[in-house]
Amino acid sequence: MLLEVKDINTYYGNIHALKDVSLHVDNGEIVAVIGANGAGKTTLLNTISGVLHSRTGEIVFEGRPITKLSPDKVVHLGISQVPERRQVFSTLDVLDNLLLGAYLRHGREPKEEIQKDMDFVFEIFPILKDRQKQMGGTLSGGEQQMLALGRGLMAKPQLLLLDEPSLGLAPLLVREIFRVAGELREHGTTILLVEQNARAALRLADRGYVMETGNVVLEDTSKELLGDERVQEAYLGGSGS
Amino acid sequence: MQGFLGNRSVKRGLTVAAMVVLVALVLFLAYQKNFGPKAFAQWTIDGIRGGSIYGLVGLGFVVIFSVTGVINFAQGEFVMLGAMFCATFYALDVPLPPPLKLVVAIILTVIIVTLVGVIFERATISPARARGAHIVTLIIITIGFTITVRAIALLLWGSRAKIVPAFTNLQQTDVIFRPLGLTLSAQSLWIWGTVAVVLAALYYFFERTMMGKAFRACAINPRAAELMGINPSRMSLLSFALAAAVGAVGGIVFGAATRPQYDMGLVFGLKGFVAAIMAGMVNPLGAVLGGLILGVAENVGAGVTGLYGYRDLIAFVILILILLFRPQGIIGGGERGVEQT
Repeated sequence: MLLEVKDINTYYGNIHALKDVSLHVDNGEIVAVIGANGAGKTTLLNTISGVLHSRTGEIVFEGRPITKLSPDKVVHLGISQVPERRQVFSTLDVLDNLLLGAYLRHGREPKEEIQKDMDFVFEIFPILKDRQKQMGGTLSGGEQQMLALGRGLMAKPQLLLLDEPSLGLAPLLVREIFRVAGELREHGTTILLVEQNARAALRLADRGYVMETGNVVLEDTSKELLGDERVQEAYLGGSGS
Repeated sequence: MQGFLGNRSVKRGLTVAAMVVLVALVLFLAYQKNFGPKAFAQWTIDGIRGGSIYGLVGLGFVVIFSVTGVINFAQGEFVMLGAMFCATFYALDVPLPPPLKLVVAIILTVIIVTLVGVIFERATISPARARGAHIVTLIIITIGFTITVRAIALLLWGSRAKIVPAFTNLQQTDVIFRPLGLTLSAQSLWIWGTVAVVLAALYYFFERTMMGKAFRACAINPRAAELMGINPSRMSLLSFALAAAVGAVGGIVFGAATRPQYDMGLVFGLKGFVAAIMAGMVNPLGAVLGGLILGVAENVGAGVTGLYGYRDLIAFVILILILLFRPQGIIGGGERGVEQT
């Protein structure tokens, strides 16, 4: 088991945002967490990456408790989060954005290693190579999502946390991003994906969790969830589309 | 009436009209008192000299604000400490040739003042933030620190002015050049050279080093920077260290041209703040430019009216006008903004 989240309770001030949430991610899997806006999906990712801390419960990564670690320690251990709404550094160019993704690796690893990952990012997103010198903020929404994803990959994570990668993107681009995510799995990257676009997420993922108001209410294989009546009713807009 | 002042073109029209009236007033006064271009040139030279230091102080404000959101009102005290420590070290009776003594004094001063900035951040700002203090609380802390530092300075050094020798001849009275009949002290050249070197060094740091880029990333989008593994607390510490060092350098070079005193930080702090406000608090080059404009404006204003005693008034009138009408600054936009929610 790569990541195990055990009964965590996270608060935003007085708001109880995560209630006894448990889940796990195995090596090489894509796991989707679906649910409506405000269900606690982003809070879950932020708690894993150390931006927020849970009051109770435990998070274990590769057998090591990471519950109380700060974000830089978590990134160093191999978890990289691609934030919601992309959050690229708008007034830095594409190249600098990517280099900052590898921030903790500079000086600790040989330059060639970092360059190798940069080449890999340019290989999966050739458009980023063409736009190297362009400011992050001048890219289109889809390109910014590619940049955010590429930046996340530059940390060379074992576990990639994707927060709503489809948000605000045209269907064609959503398909492109999800195709790349599937490709990353082939390269051995494990992904925990949080999405409102339940159909696209479950089609890609091996397993899924359904969250409602801070609770995990369902968990199963993606296939089962796609077939589940309650999931279809609540998240897939009835039968097929 | 609603929306009258909000209308962009009306606002722009009013601004242009105000500028025209101002320039006309300056020219009219100059004409009345028979001031020629030479007088204006002299005021400008003197203004750029003081303005460079306002610019350096403003730069310190920007460096700290853009990363931490804190307006560090102790910025002027770094200038004071720079001048006072340098004067004290230089006055020590040690068997060193004077030029070498000055160099050692400068290096020691920059190190000490930088440490003061570091200790200040670690002892007050950082723990307060860790406990979730509001940004206003942090700003008040910087004011408290200012008062403390000034009181300690008075205890240490008394109220008498100190002496930092002019760099060129190591005397109290500087070498004066007279190009085209104007008066230009050699120390002015040292000041401009220093400002240029500081700017070049900062440019290199922010544009060419990974740490500098991380620093900018932290200013642009702190949350995303944190997810990259950039430690915001370390960047905050770095910003105070940088600001303190820049302030100290400003105090040292300017101290040699004036008579530094324990309370000089107040004026420099406030004028540096005006310079930073002109640049919307986020544009480093804009802050330096703002400082230069401010320096020239107050010298021309004081020269033309003959009211030298009211020179500081000009800075504060500019401050109030900008805060009232263009709180986002008048020189260039900053990096911060787009993705802040």
